[in-house]
Amino acid sequence: MSSEQRDHGRRDDRGGRQGGGQGGGRRFIRARKSCRFCADKVDYIDYKDGRLLGSYIPERGKILPRRISGTCAPHQRMLATAIKRARNAAILPFTLD
Amino acid sequence: MRVYEVLFIIAPNIEESDIDTLVTQLSDVATNQGAKIAKIDRMGRRRLAYPIGKFTDGHYVVFTLEGTGAEIAELERRMRVTDAVIRYITIRIDEDLKRAEKFRARRAARAAASAGSRRSRRAEPVLPIGDDDEEGEGEEE
Repeated sequence: MSSEQRDHGRRDDRGGRQGGGQGGGRRFIRARKSCRFCADKVDYIDYKDGRLLGSYIPERGKILPRRISGTCAPHQRMLATAIKRARNAAILPFTLD
Repeated sequence: MRVYEVLFIIAPNIEESDIDTLVTQLSDVATNQGAKIAKIDRMGRRRLAYPIGKFTDGHYVVFTLEGTGAEIAELERRMRVTDAVIRYITIRIDEDLKRAEKFRARRAARAAASAGSRRSRRAEPVLPIGDDDEEGEGEEE
């Protein structure tokens, strides 16, 4: 009983939505991210292209996850390989701080 | 025959003329071992993303060559003992190139098929283009 009451309170705090919400939680409608490499019809990602690869490494020097960039799985794989090669060629850093 | 890309970095304190002789020396090593050099790309002096040894920049050179792999071993051995070469990387690219070629062919085929179906839409029902047996699907939806 008490848990039910708490749930109601929480829902009011969150969205002020009254009754009947079967979806549970809010749905954000966001523009769908799309793979830039698919759009450009890229078949091979060159590890020597430091400028292109640099846009996929945020401040720490990590590889940008595809949930952020929207890159499709095959292209993300190519991208990861290219970034790792570029790191060994001193085109990209291993770490940044 | 396999296609390789050999990238190496020459120390920045080497004279321009010495770089030329070093590059021709290394390419001779590869050709003597039976490789066919398709391209020598001198990318010039670039900043390194991190210091290698005590250098912060270096001259980048890329060989694109075709061979069996034996000449790569010799080339790498030579670069290892050459002090002027501060870093080298060999990458086999023939499989990647083949894959890229496949994607390009498939895209061309698909474009042709969709153009064809658009023309014959009134005559017969359009069949969906089968793309079930291929791995590494290039696009979403």
